[in-house]
Amino acid sequence: MSELGGLLVVRGLSAGYGAAPVLHDVDLTVAPGSISAVVGANGAGKTTLLRAVSGMLRPLAGRIELAGEDLRGTPVEQLVRRGMAHVPEGRGVIGELSVDENLRLGGLWRRDRADAARALDEVYQLFEPLARRRRHLGHQLSGGERQMLALGRALVGRPRLLLLDEPSLGLAPRVVAQIMALLRQLRDRTGLAVLLVEQNVRSALSVADQGVVMSLGRVAATAPAAELRDDADLRHAYLGF
Amino acid sequence: MSATRAVAPPQESPVGAAGRPGAPRRRGGTLLRHLAVAVVAGLLLVGVSYAVEPFRNFQLATVAAYLCAVAGLTVLTGLNGQLSLGHGALMATGAYTVALCQNAFYDRGLTGGWLLPVSLAAAVVATVAVGAVVGVAAARLRGPYLAGVTLAVAIVVPALAVTFDGVFNGEQGLSVPVEPPPLALGPYFPYERWQLWVAGAATLLALVLLANLVGSRYGRTFRAVRDDEVAARLAGIHVARTQVLAFVVSAATAGLGGALLAVLAQSVSPGAFSMTLSLFLLMAVVIGGLGRLAGAVWGAVLLVALPDLSHSVTELFTLSPAAAQRLEGNLPLAIFGTTLIVVMIVAPGGVQGLLSRLGRAVLARWRARRS
Amino acid sequence: MDRLIFLTLDGLSRGAVYAAFALALVLIWRAARVVNFAQGAMAVAAAYVAYSVTAATGSYWLGFLAALAAGLLLGAVVDRVVMRHVNHASPLNPVIVALELVLLIQAVLGMIYGSQFRPAEVPFSRSAFTVGGLTVLSPYDLFVFAAVGVVVSALAWIFARTAVGLRMRAAAFAPEVSRLLGVNVGGMLTLGWALASGVGALAAMLVIPTELGLHPHAMDLVFVSAFTAAVVGGLDSPPGAVVGGLAVGLLLSYVSGYAGSDLTPLAVLVLLLAVLLVRPGGLFSTVAARRV
Repeated sequence: MSELGGLLVVRGLSAGYGAAPVLHDVDLTVAPGSISAVVGANGAGKTTLLRAVSGMLRPLAGRIELAGEDLRGTPVEQLVRRGMAHVPEGRGVIGELSVDENLRLGGLWRRDRADAARALDEVYQLFEPLARRRRHLGHQLSGGERQMLALGRALVGRPRLLLLDEPSLGLAPRVVAQIMALLRQLRDRTGLAVLLVEQNVRSALSVADQGVVMSLGRVAATAPAAELRDDADLRHAYLGF
Repeated sequence: MSATRAVAPPQESPVGAAGRPGAPRRRGGTLLRHLAVAVVAGLLLVGVSYAVEPFRNFQLATVAAYLCAVAGLTVLTGLNGQLSLGHGALMATGAYTVALCQNAFYDRGLTGGWLLPVSLAAAVVATVAVGAVVGVAAARLRGPYLAGVTLAVAIVVPALAVTFDGVFNGEQGLSVPVEPPPLALGPYFPYERWQLWVAGAATLLALVLLANLVGSRYGRTFRAVRDDEVAARLAGIHVARTQVLAFVVSAATAGLGGALLAVLAQSVSPGAFSMTLSLFLLMAVVIGGLGRLAGAVWGAVLLVALPDLSHSVTELFTLSPAAAQRLEGNLPLAIFGTTLIVVMIVAPGGVQGLLSRLGRAVLARWRARRS
Repeated sequence: MDRLIFLTLDGLSRGAVYAAFALALVLIWRAARVVNFAQGAMAVAAAYVAYSVTAATGSYWLGFLAALAAGLLLGAVVDRVVMRHVNHASPLNPVIVALELVLLIQAVLGMIYGSQFRPAEVPFSRSAFTVGGLTVLSPYDLFVFAAVGVVVSALAWIFARTAVGLRMRAAAFAPEVSRLLGVNVGGMLTLGWALASGVGALAAMLVIPTELGLHPHAMDLVFVSAFTAAVVGGLDSPPGAVVGGLAVGLLLSYVSGYAGSDLTPLAVLVLLLAVLLVRPGGLFSTVAARRV
């Protein structure tokens, strides 16, 4: 695999909670304008991988580069300024704040106030239901609306790389399909790169360019998503279908 | 009363006992050991009381009185996890009860060696009653709410002495008439030595009882409730009852401590039981190490020694009398406050925790060298 | 009837100060989950700064501004130097450290200024107007209402309408998510401490002249009253703190007017206990003071 052209390059990453590592020696490359899906069983270390990439978890070893810049020592709150957005597990919608406040929070760090306002308008156009519920509090939203809000909030920052943790969790298949289609649309239109962690292997691989199979904290296989979809052995061994 | 009384604490708190290999863990053994330690400490203290000057005797007696209250608060806050900022008020309850009892006896012309023990017992009973009321409320409250209520108690209760000045004589307070030492001890027996014996005996008794309580089934339920209330409840422990019990026990010792202070000073006034005293008691618990009974000694010693030390320090400088007075009252508080903040951040185990760690390290090194 | 009106107005004026002080407590509680027991001592320290500045310059208003600045600064320092480093694993720890700060601050004040009461200046007369034979508010009471009103409105505006207020709320509600969104959570916490401590300083400046005067312990009872007010309102609710403050002010005014001022401390204690035992979450909050 070529390191050239990788927007996100992870090499030899080990990370975990306390002294015991959950991730062992993980290598990963996400090309600009591509969608990579990290799939694997519960406890394979998918969420831990995202947390380590976004700096919420300090890596024990290894290197993480975003557009050629080493991220080591970069505080979490600086990552949005480097173009990385992380929609955490459970979506992280702040229930005590209104929809509008949640969305504005995504662009507060930006110097270009005018463009932040434009991005906010674009998100409202993209997600009609949010525009109708601007004044509602986060905890009054449905699961699908929350996912829209979390995604929209990340997009207000106009990221280059989006880390998405289990967007399909608890959502109806129709909504999941909409979200996956939206990711593909964003990739094509804006060149957004996505690192997607999913339990829902089928829909993740259907939208992804690259598939990364994780098992017990290690990368078991990396391949074009289409190949993974068609590789019955791999599917049986790691994905259970 | 026998001569075997002293102020030194039983060194074998359960914490210490657990660290000693081969120490008997049976109940009877624990009780006997605590008694033995108390007797030894008592004899030691009687020796000390003859060796040092009267003023030091008085200071040691004051240490004993504080120790009583601090040890009780250690059980409550350290072992049971309930924060009380109101123990100064409980001490005031004990102190005023003793004053009222002694005055009532003397007004009726009663004399005799039995008066003081009766008054002290009455002080404990009165404080237990007050402690039970506060404890029942406290058992329903948590964290900052409990701290706030007990802080209110600490500020409000001393003010009651002024509100009901018909009984408590306002800011002036009451005097506490106390009998001279028994004639059997000889006509020239120093009064301060007698004070130390009285305070030491009472405190030692309280400490033996506390140490046994802490080592008993009740002590374990105290800790269980502190560590995880839900788990304790699931294990069949009646959480509220346990918390009230802990509060009552610590109130009893606080009342005794306050009563002893009143007896030592032979007077009682609201100024002696301000909010600062309540904070001081809590800080003594912290500096000794939360939850370590043996650590309470350090706290109590510091409460008495710090003002003395700062007096010596201020005498080193040539200051105007006004400045010296300002410095003397406040320097110990400032040092205490700063030290404690550092202790809380750097060594939450307190002095006793540091000593235990040090002791274990030395022991380990010694063993390593031997093998 | 006249007396009732007078006591009501007087109670509201006193309550305005409690409201401000309770609001400061609520601000820190919401931001850091710490009840700042040192707030009274910190506010007194700021008031002493005002005393020194006024003594040196002869201007009440310079002292007033100095107190606010000192309050802001002290709050930031307490957060950065002390509270930030306290292990919050046990909820006892921050409370104990705050109490240690009380000891320290009061001792330092005692060392510098001694512990006699010092008269505190007022910028306006404290003698009440009479309207149609009815004794009502004094100019100073009006000043108190105006100052508290301005500060409460300013805080409400900051939190509801400004970007910094949004960041502060987000950091308090969801620190981890806020960091992912580029919010400097540590900075917001320090700002919260500074604002709260500044409001506390204002309350001290307003209340001390109406009581016995400046003293290291001058805010002890005010703290308990304001804590009660915050509990009445529910520790989590800023509007609750304001309403609670006014309610406590009224109650204390009536008690002291009809039953004697000696009884006010007892009334505070009884009210605090009653609220906590009957309605632990306060009257405006759904959060419980009890666990399990």
